[in-house]
Amino acid sequence: MTTDTQTLVEHASGISGSPRRGRRTRRRHPFRIGAKHLIIIAIGIVMIYPLLWMLVSSLRTNDNIFSMAGLLIGGSPKFSNYADGWNGLEFQFGHYLANSAIIAIGCILGNLISCSMAAYAFARLRFRLRRLMFALMLMTIMLPIHVVIVPQYIIFSQLGWVNTFLPLIVPKFLATDAFFVFLMVQFIRGIPRELDEAARLDGCGYFKTFFRVILPLMVPALATTAIFTFIWTWNDFFSQLIYLTAPSTFSVSVALRSFVDASGVTSWGPLFAMSVVSLIPVFLVFLVGQRFLVKGIATTGGK
Amino acid sequence: MSAIGELRNLDKLKPGGKLTAARKKEERAAYVFLLPWIVGFIGITAGPMLVSLYLSFTDYNLLQIPKWIGIDNFVRMLGDARLHDSLRVTFTYVLVSVPIQLAAALALAIALNRGLRALSFYRSIYYLPSLLGTSVAVAVLWRQMFGSDGLVNKVLEAVGIHAPAWISDPSTALGTLVILNVWTFGAPMVIFLAGLRQIPAMYYEAASVDGAGRWYQFRKITMPLLSPIIFFNLVLQIIHAFQAFTQAFVVSGGTGGPSDSTMFFTLYLYQMGFGNFQMGYASSMAWLLLIIVGAFTAVNFFASRFWVFYDD
Repeated sequence: MTTDTQTLVEHASGISGSPRRGRRTRRRHPFRIGAKHLIIIAIGIVMIYPLLWMLVSSLRTNDNIFSMAGLLIGGSPKFSNYADGWNGLEFQFGHYLANSAIIAIGCILGNLISCSMAAYAFARLRFRLRRLMFALMLMTIMLPIHVVIVPQYIIFSQLGWVNTFLPLIVPKFLATDAFFVFLMVQFIRGIPRELDEAARLDGCGYFKTFFRVILPLMVPALATTAIFTFIWTWNDFFSQLIYLTAPSTFSVSVALRSFVDASGVTSWGPLFAMSVVSLIPVFLVFLVGQRFLVKGIATTGGK
Repeated sequence: MSAIGELRNLDKLKPGGKLTAARKKEERAAYVFLLPWIVGFIGITAGPMLVSLYLSFTDYNLLQIPKWIGIDNFVRMLGDARLHDSLRVTFTYVLVSVPIQLAAALALAIALNRGLRALSFYRSIYYLPSLLGTSVAVAVLWRQMFGSDGLVNKVLEAVGIHAPAWISDPSTALGTLVILNVWTFGAPMVIFLAGLRQIPAMYYEAASVDGAGRWYQFRKITMPLLSPIIFFNLVLQIIHAFQAFTQAFVVSGGTGGPSDSTMFFTLYLYQMGFGNFQMGYASSMAWLLLIIVGAFTAVNFFASRFWVFYDD
């Protein structure tokens, strides 16, 4: 038992990074560690249970959804919920998935290009008004979208862009997600200046330096940006609700919401099924990109 | 460093003509890189903000030209009982859910930080809800869970408690949204975890050699050193909470009901602007929101002088 505790503590100090090594001078009672484990697992189960229950319920009959709180399906799995949900709206659900994917990819491209360019200028180049512009950029991170949504809507409707994806995508090509500009500025500041200065001395201009030196080095920051942009765009509801009013342009969020209105209380199975489908892309991105996500919020939050 | 760093300094000292030429080139490059941001800042952010300020003094329904009505919109806000209700709902939501959420985030970050096998596994489990929490799908789930025959009541029945339909009772509907926000404590928790890692272990070693207990260590070491991050999370989560929209919209079916108990300020603004097309009034509401969020942030920054401890 003692050796177990020993390895546990060692293992933990390994996980939590080198500065912690040898921190625990007093050896803790194994029972206390076990109790803490149990509490942490219990909270984890409570946290994740609703999601698991929804997953299981998406294969249940409507009656069973409302009578069963457990995780057993109760009877044979009702896969037809998925087919019913898929065909439950004006367009097949795949259409809305495709719409959301187009929006998300457009937004990712926009953020990657425009934010990295702005970040390079802020982090490395000297120019007049740099401090002022940087301060303005930081302030826009905190700006509620509601303050600008009305005039934006007016502008985009004048341009005839309502019921297209342009109002959602074009702003991303203009570095309006200042959060990512800031994230990349922080990252570029961590790249040794010698690297890009060496490139400059070798005769590279600013653009070559940016493309050949800075961009390849900031791949982790770009990955973080891409992942966050995907998740936030996929989950976004407010601006999609405003700009996408024709069913053919509905994104997953808007389609799901219209499903709620259309189905009322009668078809929770198909509704849950499509809810699950809508969460799958986010979940997959989370699985693949966890490392970058955690690092991303840690670097912006920790500094 | 050395050679290149020196060269850089030399470059700065180079005489007149060449320096300005180099600086000019650098400046031109900078503005090219910044061009998208500048266009976006003027066209998508600052410009619309000014237009929105102008519209807040007008009567505008999208079809006719905006009509200047002075401060009428703001006078109307003073007498708009629904708006007052929506402010009360929003303040309650922010002031209740953010402290609970951050307390949960901090407690679990500390628990996870102290020697646990499979830390990254637990961290993922706790973090996942904060990624999904703002989605329509989770709001749909919440609607079922807190309905009269929903999951929560089924669980409560199993232990012999008969509870009301949480989302259709005005006294509990907002509570379900508070729970939803608390459920997403994973994001601030990960930020806390990163902050806890930065605290040198020797502080704790020295303290325990001197006989300081856990609680004392927490108060005298963890809290001061973590205070900048607590502050950061507080500012961020308050701003986020003021803008919450999706959950209230989906759970209440867009109405803010029952009896306006989930009528967030943002939801009322949406109804005014995009339901009734009272764009002028909606703009003045948006500016009120900006002022409120700005005031909260300013007070936070001011108060931080008294409790946030900066190491450097």
